[in-house]
Amino acid sequence: MTATPSLRPANAVNPWIARAGLVLFAVALFAWPDVLDDPTRTRQWAEYLCYAMIAVGLDIAWGYGGMLALGQGVFFGLGAYAMGMHLSLEQVPDGAVPQFMALYGDQTELPLVWRPFQSLPATWILAVLVPMVVAGLLGWLVFHRRVRGPFFAILTQATALVFWLLLIGQLKVTAGTNGLTNFSTIFGRSKYEPGTPRYLYGLAAAGLVAVLLIGRQLVRSRYGRLLVALRDNEDRVRFLGYDPARAKTVAFVVAAGMAGLAGAFSAPIIGIVAPDQFTVLPSILMITWVAVGGRGTLYGAVLGALLVSWGKTSFSETRPDDWLYLQGLLFVVVIAWVPGGLLGLVRSGRERVAALLAARRSAPSTPTPTPTSTEVAPA
Amino acid sequence: MTGSALLEVRGLTVRFDGFTAIDDLDLTVDEGELRFLIGPNGAGKTTLLDVVTGLTKAAAGTVTFAGEAITGRREHAIVHRGIGRSFQTPTIFESLTVVENLDLAESFRRRFVGRLRVAKRASTLVGDTLGRIGLTEVATRPAGVLSHGQRQWLEIGMLLVQEPRLLLLDEPVAGMSSQERAATGDLLEELAVDHTVVVIEHDMGFLRRYARKVSVLHEGRLLTEGSVEDVQSDPRVKEVYLGRSHERDVAEASAAVAAAIRVTALDDVDADDVSEMVAAVAEVDVSEVAADEVAAVIEAVESDAGTDRDQTGVTT
Repeated sequence: MTATPSLRPANAVNPWIARAGLVLFAVALFAWPDVLDDPTRTRQWAEYLCYAMIAVGLDIAWGYGGMLALGQGVFFGLGAYAMGMHLSLEQVPDGAVPQFMALYGDQTELPLVWRPFQSLPATWILAVLVPMVVAGLLGWLVFHRRVRGPFFAILTQATALVFWLLLIGQLKVTAGTNGLTNFSTIFGRSKYEPGTPRYLYGLAAAGLVAVLLIGRQLVRSRYGRLLVALRDNEDRVRFLGYDPARAKTVAFVVAAGMAGLAGAFSAPIIGIVAPDQFTVLPSILMITWVAVGGRGTLYGAVLGALLVSWGKTSFSETRPDDWLYLQGLLFVVVIAWVPGGLLGLVRSGRERVAALLAARRSAPSTPTPTPTSTEVAPA
Repeated sequence: MTGSALLEVRGLTVRFDGFTAIDDLDLTVDEGELRFLIGPNGAGKTTLLDVVTGLTKAAAGTVTFAGEAITGRREHAIVHRGIGRSFQTPTIFESLTVVENLDLAESFRRRFVGRLRVAKRASTLVGDTLGRIGLTEVATRPAGVLSHGQRQWLEIGMLLVQEPRLLLLDEPVAGMSSQERAATGDLLEELAVDHTVVVIEHDMGFLRRYARKVSVLHEGRLLTEGSVEDVQSDPRVKEVYLGRSHERDVAEASAAVAAAIRVTALDDVDADDVSEMVAAVAEVDVSEVAADEVAAVIEAVESDAGTDRDQTGVTT
């Protein structure tokens, strides 16, 4: 009699080890500021955690789904502007307009798009929802027309440029190139209070763990395997009865939502929301995070975002002008020689050790290899 | 087996940049049939599958499946109506395991939200299919490690778990070893019991062994249709399929056999031996139609051989 076959791949990590690893990671994440023991460094690492959230989403879209999204900055920016608007309104009395509006256009009444952001809960929801809706519309349109590969990449990059132009052009609503800044109070507490960086770090860490849990559920589910199948051979997936446009749009929307959430967390941490943070170059940097850490593994994406961001800060402190060269070099090296990224190295190392152990274990016990029947009943 | 029409193609025309790949084609496949599609390269066999499965758009004509027009529908919608298809080169998902490939194929009808659940085990249908295609042992290995034959079986398995009403197989035994061919043929016969199957196949040995009804396409048109014997004895089929007439085959083969007999100086050749040799050389079945010709050839060969031997005897 045939039993139901296990869906766990032969080379998969033991699920209990995987769960323990996740818990350990979460604990280490929350304890990290105690190790740093420095408010400035804590604030920086809180920023890196936001980048890690973007990387997890991007990994789902690109690493798993094969969509090279070069415009994630747009969704990150939408989330950041949502929170930036809320924080700007927190600085002025109820009903008043932020300072820059009076400066640029004698506005006394709050523009319509700003109004929902007076409420913090609405801000959180919109910071995630607006990027998702934008990505949904864009994805639906693009994937239905079977735009993919480099064409999709170029198209997303163009959206990043358009977004940047819009932000600068709509000076009266967005404060133009200066952006939204001077958030002296954050969620009712002073920016200068000594505990604030730690508080913001804790929020971002909780956000990252939530994003990781959602991502993990997604990539381990049947939907996750559908994404991988789409990446490997989209046309074949059609003939299995799936609509690739729908499945891809979902991944793109999830990635956008995660980037939006990251944006909302990042606004108070970075302290400024300006167009240059969300244009083409930062969007490409996001791809570097995932590539360096290892696409197709969520931890790889997190690791890549944290390491590259940390490297950028450390390197820029000593040699501010050379970081861009190093970043480019890093990207080239990873694409050319380490396509699996850091976790890809770890994984192939693990497999090599496992193969070595298996060879050693089987060598003395079975001197002659026993031919196994091809029709062994499933376990 | 109800025998009612499951797939009906009417007046189908497909053009690629002015080239007519399918030209006003009519074809009917009944429920429960095992139908073979043959024809020389460029006859439009694969193009026909492409149109039925929604990959290629028709310039004119209709495709009706189970009474419903499916012309111009999108690929995944056609799959949902119950048409499954395999490809000439087996395409499976190499980074997924064998069982994950099957599970993915099986769960195409699942609702989106249900697909977000993390499943630990696949269904019994997937388990049974693994056994049927002989891949139980490698179930949790990445499909990328499979051999060519195993890939083709996995692809057929992926069709099976979708429980389609109509299976379209594009050259399922191409590139397989003889054992793999036999295993695939057995699998095919099993499938044909409870599925309607259309197979494109070039391999004549395979066709002879497993085909029941054959449709011959030529230059985008249906040339003839019938049992294997009917089709093989049809001179038009020989003409288009082998690019020459049956008569010429027999004549050429006879000449070759005669030459062979001369060279090896065979005595006591009889009609059966020669028929077999002619068939072997011409790669055709010498059917009853050609029996008269063969008899004539034997006479000629025998008298020739006699003279040859006499002449040889004289000179030495």
